[in-house]
Amino acid sequence: MTNPLVQVEKLSKTFGAGDTAVRALVEVDLVVEAGEVVGLKGPSGSGKSTLLNLIACIQEPTGGKLSIGGETVWDGQWRVADLRRLRRERIGFIFQFHNLLPFLNAIDNVALAMTLDGVDSATARQRAGALLDYLQVGKRASAMPARLSGGEAQRVAIARALVNRPKVILADEPTAALDSERARVVMDLLRQVARDQQAAILVVTHDEKIFDRFDRMVALRDGRIEGEQLRAA
Amino acid sequence: MNLALADIRHKLGRFMLTCLGLGLLMAVALSMVGIYQGVVSEALALSRSLRADLWVVESGTSGPFAEASRIPGDVREMMARLPGVAAAGAITLRTAEAQAPQGTLRVQVIGYEPGRPGGPSAIATGRGVGGTRFEIVADARSGLPLGATLLLGRHRYHVVGTTRGLVSSGGDPLIFMQLRDSQDLQFRLAPAAARRALAAAAGGGGTDTVNAIIAQLHPGADPALVAETTRRWKHLAALTDQQQSDLLTLSVVNRARVQLGMFTVVLLFVSAVIIALIIYTMTMDKLREIATLKLIGAPDRTIIGLVLQQALMLGGVAYVAAVAIVFAARDVFPRTVALGPAEVAVMAVVIALICLVGSMVSIRAALRIEPQQALGG
Ligand SMILES: Nc1ncnc2c1ncn2[C@@H]1O[C@H](COP(=O)(O)OP(=O)(O)OP(=O)(O)O)[C@@H](O)[C@H]1O
Ligand SMILES: [Mg+2]
Repeated sequence: MTNPLVQVEKLSKTFGAGDTAVRALVEVDLVVEAGEVVGLKGPSGSGKSTLLNLIACIQEPTGGKLSIGGETVWDGQWRVADLRRLRRERIGFIFQFHNLLPFLNAIDNVALAMTLDGVDSATARQRAGALLDYLQVGKRASAMPARLSGGEAQRVAIARALVNRPKVILADEPTAALDSERARVVMDLLRQVARDQQAAILVVTHDEKIFDRFDRMVALRDGRIEGEQLRAA
Repeated sequence: MNLALADIRHKLGRFMLTCLGLGLLMAVALSMVGIYQGVVSEALALSRSLRADLWVVESGTSGPFAEASRIPGDVREMMARLPGVAAAGAITLRTAEAQAPQGTLRVQVIGYEPGRPGGPSAIATGRGVGGTRFEIVADARSGLPLGATLLLGRHRYHVVGTTRGLVSSGGDPLIFMQLRDSQDLQFRLAPAAARRALAAAAGGGGTDTVNAIIAQLHPGADPALVAETTRRWKHLAALTDQQQSDLLTLSVVNRARVQLGMFTVVLLFVSAVIIALIIYTMTMDKLREIATLKLIGAPDRTIIGLVLQQALMLGGVAYVAAVAIVFAARDVFPRTVALGPAEVAVMAVVIALICLVGSMVSIRAALRIEPQQALGG
């Protein structure tokens, strides 16, 4: 029984036009099933972030088709009226540069994602606190982002992406600022979320130490899929 | 959790400084409103205090404030006998430079007959002018305390009472004295000149000249009707209190009033532009944060709420500062800054509207921010 939560068919993205056009993605095909954790690797500039941004509907594709949870989102034009609602309810995004709000402390940054979804702030804070505890940054819950270390900020950002229990989780180098011990904690959490919530997870990473934590690895080069490897079982 | 408040708290020092600056600007605008009101209320202070229903002046003039007017003093008795008139009083009115203990003082001298209309409606300290000569009641604006003496013309006058808020349309303090004293001051020539005038036109000029007669009518009497009767005496003109008030505000202080009114409008316009600019800067400072909010799926109303609430908080705090500044500084102004709850409330509404309108541009700009503007380092 398969349940493809992310379906990417011949998806392309070209930045600019004419002589200066950059073909960041060229006819990429990719499916991520519910419960699956897929790794995405490739050299810098190969289009990893671009692919994530397209799936998260942050950027508009220039060709192909994109479906989330079986629903067509883009096929030459947007098929979903409220993209932000789609992001809020179905997609958790862990950005390459954390993107925490500087004027909210750690726990409120996480809780905000829930209150935007209509949850009252007490409940939201409670769940946010639990998540931060799990990610071992609970004691920094009331710190402002500027006072967090890179690794702490990254884990707060991870908590924010997971707090709404999204079906699709996209992560851009979520373990880049973490030591291998904590990188493993994060990956284990993502695996657990994939299993418990039947979420589809796509993680961009350079980090060879955690390659064994993925169900499969997808490699990008110059905007094209290079090859897929199943996890060495 | 309130995003607008959290962001302000995060940059509290800067926000407070901005509010203070804006508060000073609003304080200027608010004082202009107060000064405008002050000019109008000062212009009407005397006529209101006298509670005159009818002003009888020299025919062909709109005296005694807008134009000079001279009529014989015995007109008072004729007026007092007219049907509908309850009381009538003769007054003189002139501006003078007086020597006060603290230096030269510009005052407006009112002469009246104690017991008849024309005196101050309320005494703040001391008593009213009595039967003794060379007594005066001075307004507090003159700075003269009870017992002080004032050199006016050739005589020294003693302050036996003070009033509050009685000034001329030019803002000069009013000095009340007996009609006889004021007539001496105003119409009697210096001894040498008087002798020459007497020789030229034997007994021609009496000194029983006054500037106006004010009449208080019986309740129910029609001021227009009594005025009509009065005008039958060819040498007299009569103005109802309403006509006098209109003259004072629309003619005597008109230029000052319009000038101040226009300046207030200009100031409000400048404030509006500055408020809009500040809100725009505040919003664009948060470009990355707003883009991040959109990334994590915040709906437009969250973004609009953020900008709008901050605009109102900015306007609110700045306005509170402005009100505090103006009320702390209002007594430093040489003329009345007339601000009551009504003016403060109306200005608050105006400021709120300016903030709302001023946020429109910023809201448009904020809604146009793309979520991907938050990506990248
Ligand atoms: N907004 C943009 N405008 C123009 N070109 C862009 C834009 N974003 C990305 N590109 C280009 O698209 C290509 C793919 O970029 P992308 O950010 O997806 O790479 P990446 O694989 O994430 O690299 P890295 O590992 O360094 O993060 C690059 O050549 C980049 O220069
Ligand atoms: Mg990247």
